Amino acid sequence: MKFLDQSLPVPTTPTSHFESSLPMRHRLDAAFASVVWMAVLIALVVLMSLLVDVAVDGLPRLSWDFLTSFPSRNPERAGILSALVGSVWLLGIVACIGLPVGIGAGIFLEEFARRSFLVNLIEINISNLAGIPSIIYGLLGLELFVRVLEPITGGRSVLAGGLTLSLLIMPIVIVATREALRAVPSSIREGGYALGGGRWQIVRRLVLPQAFSGILTGSILAMSRAIGETASLITIGALTFIAFLPALSPEGLRTPFTSLPIQTFNWVSRPQAGFHTNAAATIIVLMIVLLSMNATAIYLRDKFRQSKSFG
Amino acid sequence: MFALVSIGTTIGVIATLIFETWAFFQEVPLWRFLSDTQWTPLFVNPRYGIVVLITATIMVAAIALAVAIPLGLLSAICLSEYAPPPARRWLKPILEILAGVPTVVYGYFALLFVTPLLQQVIPGLQSFNALSAGIVVGIAITPLIASLSEDAIYAVPQSLRQGAYALGATKRETVVGVVLPAALSGIVSACLLAMSRAVGETMIVSIAAGQNPRLTLDPRVSVATMTAFIAQVSLGDTPVGSIEYRTIFAVGMVLFLMTLSLNIFSFWFVRRFQEKYE
Repeated sequence: MKFLDQSLPVPTTPTSHFESSLPMRHRLDAAFASVVWMAVLIALVVLMSLLVDVAVDGLPRLSWDFLTSFPSRNPERAGILSALVGSVWLLGIVACIGLPVGIGAGIFLEEFARRSFLVNLIEINISNLAGIPSIIYGLLGLELFVRVLEPITGGRSVLAGGLTLSLLIMPIVIVATREALRAVPSSIREGGYALGGGRWQIVRRLVLPQAFSGILTGSILAMSRAIGETASLITIGALTFIAFLPALSPEGLRTPFTSLPIQTFNWVSRPQAGFHTNAAATIIVLMIVLLSMNATAIYLRDKFRQSKSFG
Repeated sequence: MFALVSIGTTIGVIATLIFETWAFFQEVPLWRFLSDTQWTPLFVNPRYGIVVLITATIMVAAIALAVAIPLGLLSAICLSEYAPPPARRWLKPILEILAGVPTVVYGYFALLFVTPLLQQVIPGLQSFNALSAGIVVGIAITPLIASLSEDAIYAVPQSLRQGAYALGATKRETVVGVVLPAALSGIVSACLLAMSRAVGETMIVSIAAGQNPRLTLDPRVSVATMTAFIAQVSLGDTPVGSIEYRTIFAVGMVLFLMTLSLNIFSFWFVRRFQEKYE
């Protein structure tokens, strides 16, 4: 350990290049660390105050009657039954149309497509689609589903809303599906080929079961995006005063609709305080649904990650 | 086949916008659309000055970014550099929940919580104003900036940090002088994406900023952004094919072009300035 020998000349401190002292630098460090923690704290406080504010405003209003009544001019008698049912219908349509198409496109792009001009174009296109504001999807839905396809959708109907939302969440589903498929090690596919499996057999029997929970997580997150979506539905003309439930038939698909976020928007926009309370109560219902969906998705993802690290 | 639906969507969006915008400009000359300083398309004597809506949109987006960039970036630094792993495991999902809150809920929060709060501090604040809408849009896009920046910071190789420590840098000096510049392309692109989101944000501004189109840079008064205008017209009963109906497509076209160029610029920025570490 010769270089620690005291007899060696001590290097002169280059004060000209290095002005700040070490204690000063440490103080700056501590200050920076507290600023950084402050930012996270602010984010948490905002989230808490949002939840507490809504809960304080809305909880007293929440009751079984509120869930099972139709909207009304009288804020004390109004309820969210038609909004709740409308949201369920929308989710059902998205699950039946948006998810299969999105997952199918994801599987195709990841497992079957060869590099080509068209595939490149589709990929650039999907990343751009994800950045389009939802209100523009609403304009597309207004023109395409409400106006051009009116004979099928029946105009401003729950079907038109569901189709618009399906387009809206498609990029999310495609990206999530592709990520889940990419996480499946290629050794599994090669093993399948070695056993003489065809491409479709391998994807269906080997790859998809492995990627299932990842795809499921992505789908739940996409659905939670759909359930909170307001702007595009307003643009296609969702009504806010619906005092009936759509019939459980194909004809029911063509009836006008409302949904939880639209009902909230309508009540927030009114001047009377009674409706604001209703809006807060609706938000509580919406947030409970959303948080349980998100929690399921996060739980599934963590479980998925753990099992993968063991495998 | 399914993948073609995505191409079809894009074509549909562009075709719809071009078709209706074209019809709009048959009736309103482009020059008046760009140069007029009043926006009163629903009045008897309609004036179509898109500048009014664009100004309001940019003002709200600027306020939002002024809130979201410091908050989001510092949170990202905290999560990736300062937070111990258990805290990180809790904070990340909370951030994601914040990102998943529907914007209509943020709108409620802006109108009935933030605005009354600000009114106690700022005299002359109207109950519909650009300031609280902007702040809340900022809160709404903070998680986006935080999680994208965190990804970029996380991707900076450990060896760079170790090199900085070996040179005697403190933690702050390492983060500010080495890690952040290395992740800069990702951070800038995150901010651009967030800006595009702020420009396209609809519900918060329709609820909290009001629907009063006027050419002003005063954040205390009520303004109408492009998205708020589209929502306002859609809520009314607008006959298909009328000039009001076409107005929302023309405004949508401007909005689409703005967000698209921001998105493309953001992708380009990453590709151009990304530092590659092998």
